[in-house]
Amino acid sequence: MESIQSVYIHIPFCRQICHYCDFVKFFYNEELATEYLEALFQEIDTVLPGDKHKMRTMYIGGGTPTALTMKQLHTLFRFLNKKFDFSSFEEVSIEINPGDIDADKTKLLKDYGITRISFGVQVMDDRMLEQLGRVHRVKDVYDTVHLLKQRDFANVSLDLIYALPNQTVEQFQASLDEALSFGLPHYSTYALQIEPKTIFYQKHKKGQLHRPPEDDEVMMYEILKRTMKSKGIHQYEVSNFSLPGFESKHNLTYWNNDYYYGFGAGAHGYLPGKRVTNIRPLPAYVKKAFADGKPILQVDKVSIKERIEEEMFLGLRKINGIDKKHFQERFGIEIERLYKKELENLLNNGLIYEDVQSIRLTEQGMLLGNRVFEKFLLDRDPTIETIS
Amino acid sequence: MVKKQRKVRNFSIIAHIDHGKSTLADRILENTQTVTKREMKEQLLDGMDLERERGITIKLNAVQLSYTSKSGEEFIFHLIDTPGHVDFTYEVSRSLAACEGAILIVDAAQGIEAQTLANVYLALENELEIIPVINKIDLPSADPERVKKELEDVLGIDGDEVILASAKANIGIEDILERITEVVPEPAGDSEAPLKALIFDSLYDSYRGAISYVCVKEGTIKVGDKIQMMSSGKQFEVNEVGVFTPKALAKNELTVGDVGYITASIKNVGDTQVGDTITLANRPADEALPGYRKLNPMVFCGLYPVDSNDYNDLREALERLELNDSSLQYEPETSQALGFGFRCGFLGLLHMEIIQERIEREFNINLITTAPSVIFEVEKTNGEVTTVDNPSKMPDPQVIQEIREPYVKATIMVPNDYVGAVMEIAQKKRGQFIDMQYLDDIRVNVIYHIPLSEIVYDFFDQLKSHTKGYASFDYELIGYQPSQLVKMDILLNGDTIDALSFIVHRDFSYDRGKQIVDKMKELIPRQQFEVPVQAAIGNKIVARSTIKAVRKDVTAKLYGGDISRKRKLLEKQKEGKKRMKMVGSVEVPQEAFMAVLQMGDD
Repeated sequence: MESIQSVYIHIPFCRQICHYCDFVKFFYNEELATEYLEALFQEIDTVLPGDKHKMRTMYIGGGTPTALTMKQLHTLFRFLNKKFDFSSFEEVSIEINPGDIDADKTKLLKDYGITRISFGVQVMDDRMLEQLGRVHRVKDVYDTVHLLKQRDFANVSLDLIYALPNQTVEQFQASLDEALSFGLPHYSTYALQIEPKTIFYQKHKKGQLHRPPEDDEVMMYEILKRTMKSKGIHQYEVSNFSLPGFESKHNLTYWNNDYYYGFGAGAHGYLPGKRVTNIRPLPAYVKKAFADGKPILQVDKVSIKERIEEEMFLGLRKINGIDKKHFQERFGIEIERLYKKELENLLNNGLIYEDVQSIRLTEQGMLLGNRVFEKFLLDRDPTIETIS
Repeated sequence: MVKKQRKVRNFSIIAHIDHGKSTLADRILENTQTVTKREMKEQLLDGMDLERERGITIKLNAVQLSYTSKSGEEFIFHLIDTPGHVDFTYEVSRSLAACEGAILIVDAAQGIEAQTLANVYLALENELEIIPVINKIDLPSADPERVKKELEDVLGIDGDEVILASAKANIGIEDILERITEVVPEPAGDSEAPLKALIFDSLYDSYRGAISYVCVKEGTIKVGDKIQMMSSGKQFEVNEVGVFTPKALAKNELTVGDVGYITASIKNVGDTQVGDTITLANRPADEALPGYRKLNPMVFCGLYPVDSNDYNDLREALERLELNDSSLQYEPETSQALGFGFRCGFLGLLHMEIIQERIEREFNINLITTAPSVIFEVEKTNGEVTTVDNPSKMPDPQVIQEIREPYVKATIMVPNDYVGAVMEIAQKKRGQFIDMQYLDDIRVNVIYHIPLSEIVYDFFDQLKSHTKGYASFDYELIGYQPSQLVKMDILLNGDTIDALSFIVHRDFSYDRGKQIVDKMKELIPRQQFEVPVQAAIGNKIVARSTIKAVRKDVTAKLYGGDISRKRKLLEKQKEGKKRMKMVGSVEVPQEAFMAVLQMGDD
């Protein structure tokens, strides 16, 4: 059985709630946060008894992990350093926001062995930031980049969102150019998605959100790809770009359809044969974690059929696509045999490339990814076909 | 053999839809202890899920009950259920032919409605004793005295004979049962005479073959008898006879007045045709019982499997359904756009919807249904007359001398406040005013001649919505009349899609063309490329719209927590596609094929 080599840890606190965010998050409260950490440690101890577990990647996300106080961060990292063997990690990422860490916190992250920073910039435009409900301003981005450089954080990823309400193609280009001027090795650039249970969703329903026309969004995506390419920053996933060697190892876990633990309120884990979803509301999560260390909302079995489908719709998000040999080794069946008709149709429609090694999306296929992914949902369980 | 001393009563229940027929049937079963309260499911006779969901009866059911009258006499009742919708008039006439009496139910609040009249006329035609019942008298809006007066005025029923009841509250049920013993005559017939058993329904069972539902009019039939179908002369050996209680209960024999079933290893449902007479091979009857007035299908549409691999399954499904539904007609047809399928004929729109739903649910086949059409008569310039049940098969305009379309006599019963509204709709639907009759102070019968094709579209919906649901409606076919009709073709991406063609009156053609291309734009999802939609009469394009290409459709953010949700979205997306058909290079949803039906006039 393939081993579990990645850990996701969710810190669900924020000082401010953004208008587009649908992650599990709560306004920061010191007492609650201290209690939450205790509950989180209980959960981790229950799932992984003993110390110094060896893992390849860890990702601490939120919320805003750095919303925690220095003391709380110390508590968290002391625990994690006991629980996991940090020398085994190839990547330890944490999410931070512009302006919300100072020199002390930056130093603390460095001292505890954080190797990668995911930096929530979103847009280099104060008016747009305000519209998104962000507290930081463009100036804060410069200050924080400066802090990170001082502390020798070489592996920094900057998050941008585009196709924002009222955003023009020119505004996006300017924002992108300014973000690129920091010369960072990794950029994640997402088209705005309107998710239920967000302020944007409410506005959208009332027709108050003026999103750019689809043609503009396509143009922004094209500008994005072209600009990145010209800087030698290659695309390796639908929304992710990096200098060679700086791809996010942790996030590749997801797209490679590999297993990972998920700890914390509302966190998701993927273990052999099942996906685990944790309880979302904080009080309920904390209560259950203290009671038995298993704050689980639900466990969904993942059949071979579903695993294959997920392998496809996750794997095709990568520029390198699906490696045929890897697929065959993992599932014991040739991809061409399983998806003969689908592959043929997609090839004819110019949505995928296929060669002896791999199957990948074309430019057009990447724009219309959802329509491609859908084709890989199977009508029947392929394990039955393999036997017969 | 000595003639058995039995007291048999065969009866049906007739009513306008929703007046409480199935509830009364249930109550009768309960009160005769045919089923215990515990076994009682709501509306026992409506056996199909679809029937219970929609609150309508589609299939006939026949149940045997025993009843001891107040005077201590033992009776055997056969209750034969009837469908209540105008589409199923034929089934009603079948069940009435097996009876001597009919319970006429009228809603205490709604009063007489169009189908009440239609059903009473059918009952009278079959010389049945009518037991008038006013139901739902416990409703706050009930007005039994007014309804009683209506029955007297409109139908000439003696008000003193009317039973006041509430099937729901179990009021008046005993009175109805007693009245059945008093007024419904014993079935006439001689149990010693040569066998004559009327087949009034049939059902296919995978283990026992075709099962005939019969009413024995003369003679006796036993297990082991060799029977002969009088229409075909085909012979079979009886395996089992029995009655429904309502579960099938095997008996030694069926004799005069019995209503039950016969199985005889009949492989082919066509060998047990509804309306045929069964007799004994070694002692055949001289002549068959009068058959039924068979209704011809009035509405036709194409049924195509979304997945062309399902064609054979679809054929089997239609064969199965036909076994139990002789009013369903079908024959293979080929469409350039949709491939292999069937042109099917139905009694009406509801019948069409029900068959379509049953195929999808019971046989698990995804269907594309083309818009319903009527049968047109086309006289060509060379004098030849043909019928066209598929708009795409309409001959070229140059060779057409005249097109004639079926008209119905529509009887619309409505409170006088709404007469204006009804007339307006009828005029818009190309109706010709024929008559207006006051049934009483309030109730008016408005009679129009209207093209059937207009009825098939949205006439009934319009009628209901413009009369706050007060109008009720019945229609019968009256023959063909010439009309100024043209065929309108729809082109997707420059290709004519035969399955989308429809026939329209020349005067409305431009408006309809515009409406339909706009509707198509709304219904057909955006594709990878731009798709022009055009409406054309002959070579002339009369309307156009464009479905823009989809440029970008990809989830931007997908990490560990999003995977289950993403899977659900993709599954939903795929489920939606199951109701779409690849037509050339365009994915067209089922709704688009029915778009022509959705063109509101308002």
